[in-house]
Amino acid sequence: MTGNHQTLALLLFSVFVAVTLAITTWVSRHRHGSAEEFYAGGRLFSPMENGFAIAGDYMSAASFLGISGLIALFGYDGLLYSVGFLVAWLVVLFLVAELVRNCGRFTLADVVAARMSERPVRIAAGTSSVTVSVLYLVAQMVGAGSLVALLLGGTSEAARAWTVIGVGALMVVYVSFGGMRATTWIQIVKAVLLMCGAIALTALVLVRFHGDFDQLLRTAAERSGHGDSFLAPGLKYGGDWTARLDFISLGLALVLGTAGLPHILSRFYTVPTARAARRSVVWSIGLIGGFYLMTIVLGFGAAAIVGPDAVRGSNAAGNTAVPLLALDLGGGAASTGGTVLFAIVAAIAFATILAVVAGITLASSASVAHDLYASLRRRRAKPRSEVAVARTAAVGIGVVAIALGLLARDLNVAFLVGLAFAVAASANLPVLLYSLFWRNFTTRGAVWSVYGGLVPALVLVVLSPVVSGSPASLFPGVDFQYFPLENPGLVSIPLGFLAGWLGTLTSAEPPNEAKHAETEVRALTGAGAV
Amino acid sequence: MEKYDGPDSGNVRFDDPWYDALASGWGELDGTGEPAPAVLPARGEHEDRTARAADVYLEVQHSAAFQEVRSRYRRFVVPAVAVFFTWYVGYVVTATTAPDFMARPVAGAVNVAMLAGLGQFLTTFLFTWAYARHARLRRDRAALDLRWDTEELTRSVAGGER
Repeated sequence: MTGNHQTLALLLFSVFVAVTLAITTWVSRHRHGSAEEFYAGGRLFSPMENGFAIAGDYMSAASFLGISGLIALFGYDGLLYSVGFLVAWLVVLFLVAELVRNCGRFTLADVVAARMSERPVRIAAGTSSVTVSVLYLVAQMVGAGSLVALLLGGTSEAARAWTVIGVGALMVVYVSFGGMRATTWIQIVKAVLLMCGAIALTALVLVRFHGDFDQLLRTAAERSGHGDSFLAPGLKYGGDWTARLDFISLGLALVLGTAGLPHILSRFYTVPTARAARRSVVWSIGLIGGFYLMTIVLGFGAAAIVGPDAVRGSNAAGNTAVPLLALDLGGGAASTGGTVLFAIVAAIAFATILAVVAGITLASSASVAHDLYASLRRRRAKPRSEVAVARTAAVGIGVVAIALGLLARDLNVAFLVGLAFAVAASANLPVLLYSLFWRNFTTRGAVWSVYGGLVPALVLVVLSPVVSGSPASLFPGVDFQYFPLENPGLVSIPLGFLAGWLGTLTSAEPPNEAKHAETEVRALTGAGAV
Repeated sequence: MEKYDGPDSGNVRFDDPWYDALASGWGELDGTGEPAPAVLPARGEHEDRTARAADVYLEVQHSAAFQEVRSRYRRFVVPAVAVFFTWYVGYVVTATTAPDFMARPVAGAVNVAMLAGLGQFLTTFLFTWAYARHARLRRDRAALDLRWDTEELTRSVAGGER
């Protein structure tokens, strides 16, 4: 890329950083440091604001650049991802959003711990929430590093490392000074930017093909060199049975994982009522669905206009398909239009990463302070403000994420995101559904179902071809690969549910009827909700 | 009708069994900037009130009004989850195991796979609309009434001796 692109992209990105820092300063001007304010932004966001913030929290750079890149390279198989990411929201809407808003205060553990013996359940749910958040965070940091390397041309290791450190430092500033209020506004701004950028590019693609979607598909199929099979499943996941099972496993993890992501759950606490939580999910389904429909046009558009060879030449994983498409749609590399459009897309991608990263950091600092520190601190220790602990935790998580992001920089971003979803679906979803809907669920069942999902998911990843045993793995030199699939979901999600069931059956403690009645009444009516 | 009771809700709810000492804002700052003291009532009295507050929830759970709200929720959600989950899993499994069927052309460049994929988007939007409508028309009002009744009952039990 030429110097012009870089200067303009950097300029736009600096503007975004300046605006978000201004938001943070303005928001923290009269903060009063209560936990309600820090974790939940005072619970006074409107459904529309929260809907945009949820969409901003969910649509990561992996969706914007990754999915359209996959469609540009593999055609239909890229689209399978976006279907999974969208359908997952029905699980959230039907089973989770309203009930969680009614039963909890700040975290996932609040919902579960209310029915059970508090300490072990909080420690278990807190641990799994932090694990999921850190995995997701590392994916975003790795994405930020490689994005900069790709877009700004400088593939030097130093530039990547400094980007990861810079993103980490910014997110710590946003979260520890602005809390949920600043994070939410950053996500709203980002969601608006992302939607505008996607709408503009989609319109330009459709104009290029005179609004003829059929023509767009045909050109894409021709140019891909695969012909009609470009428009049908099988190019990426159609190999042997292992590859197919791997995809089914990923599909399950995507659709069940969203409802267990801590940073998504914590967004429901920022609105006053369950009804507002439901309406914010409806808003976000509209935004997210519209966005993924546009990535389909963008992906096939990149295949038709830029061509898969040019896309692959720039980045083997296809992550640069949309920026290249923007360059072409604006009028080509030498034109002003192309330069501007390219710079805008690059800046939006940066903004996307920053907003997502801030949301996850906030959710995991809540899990550390509200669940882990609250349960593990020494009984006689000097009481400290929970918010102060959460601010410190945000710094600590930032440091851990920067360190892991630097270590894992060669891992595939889409894989890391799929892994975070698989762990969320195995460890968080079973315990959440059991405690909301199962009368006989007990403390032992809750603890078993968290660890029974978390441990197998992590162990299966360590034993998978991602870590060892194949040339593309993390440690190609050694071979302790015993599990054939890259995504553990197919095995670990049922194990999480099974462990919760077994734990409850073998539990000596009788199920507490009264606590179950309380959960059920609160969940469905909102009585006593904060 | 949106109920919001402000940052001091931690203080008025100290005897709420839902948020016992551990979860209820330990060390949250009070108005003066000092950590608020954890307020624990005398042991026996606390357990007594907790027991009676629990009875309130059992009573509400067994009431006909609550059973009606719950069964309306379940009658919509259980079949809806079964349908969309089967449809999604069926779609993913068909896409991976029967690519030939999915590649069958329908009209122009559009094939079965493309229609199925766009169909997933469409059904997601339809389910969202149907759920929101069902909840708004069939559940919201009854749930709100129950919420006030339950809160009245717990308040009278908890506040009786203060």
